[in-house]
Amino acid sequence: MNIKYTRMDRMILTLNNIFLFLAVLVVLVPLVYVVLASFMDPTVLLNKGISFNLSDWSLKGYKLILGNDAMLKGFINSVLYSVGFAVVTVVVSLFAAYPLSVNGFVGKNFFMTMFIITMFFSGGLIPTYLLVKDLGMLNTIWAIILPGAINVWNIILARTYFKGIPYELHEAAKVDGASDFLIFFKIVLPLSKPIIFVLAMYAFVGQWNSYFDAMIYLDDPNLHPLQLVLRSILIQNSTDPGMISDQLAMAELKKLSEMIKYSSIVISSLPLIVMYPFFQKYFEKGVMVGSLK
Amino acid sequence: MQELIKAEAGKDAVIQIQSEKRGVKLSKKFRYIRENYFLYLLIAPAIILTIIFKYIPMYGAIIAFKDFSTIKGILGSEWVGFENFTKFLSSPNFGTIFMSTLKLSFYGLLLGFPIPIILALMLNQVRRAAIKKNVQLVLYAPNFISVVVIVGMLFIFLSPTGPINQVVTMLTGEPIGFLSDPDYFRSIYILSGIWQAAGWSSIIYVAALANVDPELHNAATLDGANIIQRMIHIDLPTLKPLMAVTFILGAGGIMAIGFEKAYLMQTSMNLPTSEILPTYVYKVGLQAGDYAYSAAVGLFNSIINVILLVVVNYIVKKLNEGEGLY
Repeated sequence: MNIKYTRMDRMILTLNNIFLFLAVLVVLVPLVYVVLASFMDPTVLLNKGISFNLSDWSLKGYKLILGNDAMLKGFINSVLYSVGFAVVTVVVSLFAAYPLSVNGFVGKNFFMTMFIITMFFSGGLIPTYLLVKDLGMLNTIWAIILPGAINVWNIILARTYFKGIPYELHEAAKVDGASDFLIFFKIVLPLSKPIIFVLAMYAFVGQWNSYFDAMIYLDDPNLHPLQLVLRSILIQNSTDPGMISDQLAMAELKKLSEMIKYSSIVISSLPLIVMYPFFQKYFEKGVMVGSLK
Repeated sequence: MQELIKAEAGKDAVIQIQSEKRGVKLSKKFRYIRENYFLYLLIAPAIILTIIFKYIPMYGAIIAFKDFSTIKGILGSEWVGFENFTKFLSSPNFGTIFMSTLKLSFYGLLLGFPIPIILALMLNQVRRAAIKKNVQLVLYAPNFISVVVIVGMLFIFLSPTGPINQVVTMLTGEPIGFLSDPDYFRSIYILSGIWQAAGWSSIIYVAALANVDPELHNAATLDGANIIQRMIHIDLPTLKPLMAVTFILGAGGIMAIGFEKAYLMQTSMNLPTSEILPTYVYKVGLQAGDYAYSAAVGLFNSIINVILLVVVNYIVKKLNEGEGLY
């Protein structure tokens, strides 16, 4: 790479870097603002904006959020749903992907067509809802886990990965008398840790961030995941009265509910923020494998 | 006469051989399945779940043509033909909701499609790997923020007393009703969507650009091409196939626009632009309980979607020398 840059080129490159820097700012500023605001005293925030004077800082928002029952329950429910969902989708996808990656698997095209059709046609919201209702799964964890467990994209990703495992390994094992069972569990799966990890991460994050299925299938507030609790705090503006003692004046109440908004955003995003820098590489890999098809 | 009989016999023999072959083929298949039953056990859960949760609802969609009542069930309810569809198409809401849906996704695609490509071209020019990595780390991050939090942040920032309106009030004397004025809904929806997704969508383009042979760039530089010229004549053609696929999928999804964000962003004031087909289906069906009518609207939506996908694929194929999605 010995490209010599002309003056024109250097100018373009400088402009390029300036634009990228601006893009980074546009992404970062709102995020940093929320994090800083979550530590501010609400009166100061309203009158002066962000201040770096330590005496203007307060942990009140966090205290209120961490002492809140609905928030805690939501957190636990979200962990449960996300882990459960990730386990089921990943297991089902890996199991389905392996036969589809085997050469000469009878029925491959039939099954593949069956899966792919569902990517383009669907019965729609209402028929799916009626089915879940008829199966008696309303207000159970199964309504969250099962209807979305089949993700054709995941099956295609895993199949692509399996195809990349050298066929000689299968052959050698077969010659040694290994059954399909042994080949899958002792040879293929141990070699597939990266793809298992990628699929599990995607499923976990997807479920952690979603609210729609929970909104339509779960009426019981005790079953609500974190995102639904957040929705009531952030968007419906209904701060749980138990969170703030009722003697407080209206103005104070409004201030505190603003404060809770910031801290609840930070707390709910914390697991992903902590995980993100470590796993970014894997997430990227997932997109890449998918685009090869 | 004899020849005729011979010919007939010959035909019979051919047919017999063919059917025998088919028999052999079939028994071969059965033997394969018997010997590899484990593979079928593995794929079974996925098949069962797909039939239950994908194919049964497809069948259930026939309630769109029925006067559905939960007591009578799907089979017992009476057929009403296209009544539910005509009811929707002739309702005063139809025009507004249909156009809102179309405009929201069309403008979204128009703005959202080129930006990741431009971003990738720019990232590709960053020479120092460490800087490039950190910039990517930041630009990809919003993709992992939930819709609820994104909309929550929009509400905080754009509220009449929020930070943006504090500046606006200082300059003009009064705040702008970003969240209540229907005129702002589309811009806010689309721009926040770009803020969240542009970085992440650029990944595949960045990866494709990394595979461009550096010799091409060297040769072009020797011929006196500057960076912009090399971007246009080397980088862009590399991205063309990816662009075609992304565009077809995006355009095919125009009517399949997500429910989740629009629903959260709805306020009673901005409904003229924020009510789109999916949110309407939800409200009519699950909130008001008019299942059949709502299913008809949903079906109408998916049919338009499939038509769009086919048409756009056809057009792109024509423009792109026969290269389309399928």
